[in-house]
Amino acid sequence: MTEVPMVLAEKVSKNFGSNRVLRGISLEVDPGEVLCIVGPSGSGKSTFLRCINHLEVVDGGRLSVDGQLVGYRQKGEKLYELKLKEAAFQRQEIGMVFQRFNLFPHLTAVENIILAPMRVKKISKAAATARAVELLERVGLGDKGDAYPAHLSGGQQQRVAIARALAMDPKLMLFDEPTSALDPELVGEVLDVMKGLAKSGMTMIVVTHEMGFAREVADTLVFMDDGVVVEAGAPRQILSDPQHDRTKAFLSKVL
Amino acid sequence: MSEPESDRMIESEPDRKLRVRGGQDTDTSPAEAIVAIPLRHPWRIVIAVVLLLGLAVFVLDAAQRADYGWPDVGKYIFDRRISQAAWVTLWLTIYSMIGAIVIGLLLAIMRLSPNPVLKSIAWLYIWIFRGTPVYVQLVFWGIVALIYPVFTLGIPFTTPWVTVPNEIFTNLFITAVIGLALNEAAYMSEIVRAGLLSVDEGQAEASTALAMSWGQTMRYVVVPQAMKIIIPPTGNEVISMLKTTSLVAAIPLSIDLYGVSRGISAVTFTPVPLLIVASLWYLLFTSVLMVGQHFIEKRFSRGTGRIKSGKAPAAPDPAPTAGPGAPGTPGMPSGTDFGGKG
Repeated sequence: MTEVPMVLAEKVSKNFGSNRVLRGISLEVDPGEVLCIVGPSGSGKSTFLRCINHLEVVDGGRLSVDGQLVGYRQKGEKLYELKLKEAAFQRQEIGMVFQRFNLFPHLTAVENIILAPMRVKKISKAAATARAVELLERVGLGDKGDAYPAHLSGGQQQRVAIARALAMDPKLMLFDEPTSALDPELVGEVLDVMKGLAKSGMTMIVVTHEMGFAREVADTLVFMDDGVVVEAGAPRQILSDPQHDRTKAFLSKVL
Repeated sequence: MSEPESDRMIESEPDRKLRVRGGQDTDTSPAEAIVAIPLRHPWRIVIAVVLLLGLAVFVLDAAQRADYGWPDVGKYIFDRRISQAAWVTLWLTIYSMIGAIVIGLLLAIMRLSPNPVLKSIAWLYIWIFRGTPVYVQLVFWGIVALIYPVFTLGIPFTTPWVTVPNEIFTNLFITAVIGLALNEAAYMSEIVRAGLLSVDEGQAEASTALAMSWGQTMRYVVVPQAMKIIIPPTGNEVISMLKTTSLVAAIPLSIDLYGVSRGISAVTFTPVPLLIVASLWYLLFTSVLMVGQHFIEKRFSRGTGRIKSGKAPAAPDPAPTAGPGAPGTPGMPSGTDFGGKG
């Protein structure tokens, strides 16, 4: 198969000052694949995710999305940093869902969803609104279009945030601990939306602590610790028969 | 100890029986109201009486004291010269505040810029303009036309290509507006900066992740949320500016409210009634502004994300979690947080 991987990371590294957060991450995500990343906090999972859509700048290695280098343009041997506009253009392809939702509190659910399509893709308000209503239906919030974020529960806010990311028609969706800030009884509704998304063939990278979700939905499970990929493979296999001591230690605590 | 046990302990005997038999809270009759002698505060009354008496004596005395010139107050309060001067004061305030907000916004963005030169220049500006008295600054702007009698365009230290006489700083009204605006800009920039910083970082991040540019992020996401923090103290600054305009006498500009009333009294030798006239006009303006300020503060002190038009939510939510995703509005800076004027 000569398919271009959706995400290709080769020895990606990232430092915050002298703190080496990512120490050579190499992995590959194929189109339509669902990758779950688990690991203790501070292991660099979220940083890696943020590198993929250039919210953080990679210090070393190569990271590309759909065959395109993230944040840089290669000309011969030299790398050129992308202009802000070009970097923004790359991000159009990548949707991101945050742990703390980050909905815009001064806008209604529909306004949250249509903002970027209207301003970035210059889609007409009518068309963008029609699409927003459709997306809200899809995440089960068809009746909440006029509600402000403060009037929605955490689970509902996160579902609006997913709809907002989908409105840009991304090829790749990144989820940064999407259920960690939710009350336990609200986790299920968000995971259900994500499961539906995975079934529809969306390429997804999910940083999560929900082992049940990872087991059920992920094609590949990656265990990260201390800035490196410790173990990667089929989720059932890793969860039931971890090879590495650090994986065993982590799983014994969370399972 | 089991639950009903502990409940029973605080109930009186007959209630307990009732409750135990009923199995649930059936006694909803009101408890006996407390009848007690309230604590007396005799000193409060004494102080109030003394103050009221003092005030009455002062008012009665002032009403018949000739120096106040009450007939003159009545004569000049609606004098055409005075009301025209009041307009000048109003326009000075409006122009200066517009200038201050524009320059202040620029300075705030410069201070938040990653460019260290821009940052330092903004810092230097604020340091100078907040660190010197506005009166002294106005005197300086008044004589700046002597320092720079002409404007030139060309290569420095060679014969200039174009030379224009300095007509900006010879117009005293424009000089006053510039002087007031440049001073106020330093305060406004701090207010704007506080507003921009009050918006949660995740907001700009989410906007960036949606492929919006820096300008779009500012315009559609950050600034609308920052306005809740920026507008109330800006109202305070308008009120403050209205009073500060009286200092344009330092330039010297004398067509404003205070300047004209001083001018009239220099001719009539009745300074006190004209001071009262000017004060009444200032009070009128500030009172109107204060009422406006009250409504602005009420409007903007509502929590982040509250419904703008005040209409009810689409449906009552069983779990209306404010959630960590809806950061509460941080305490409103009251506008006086930024230090008093020099």
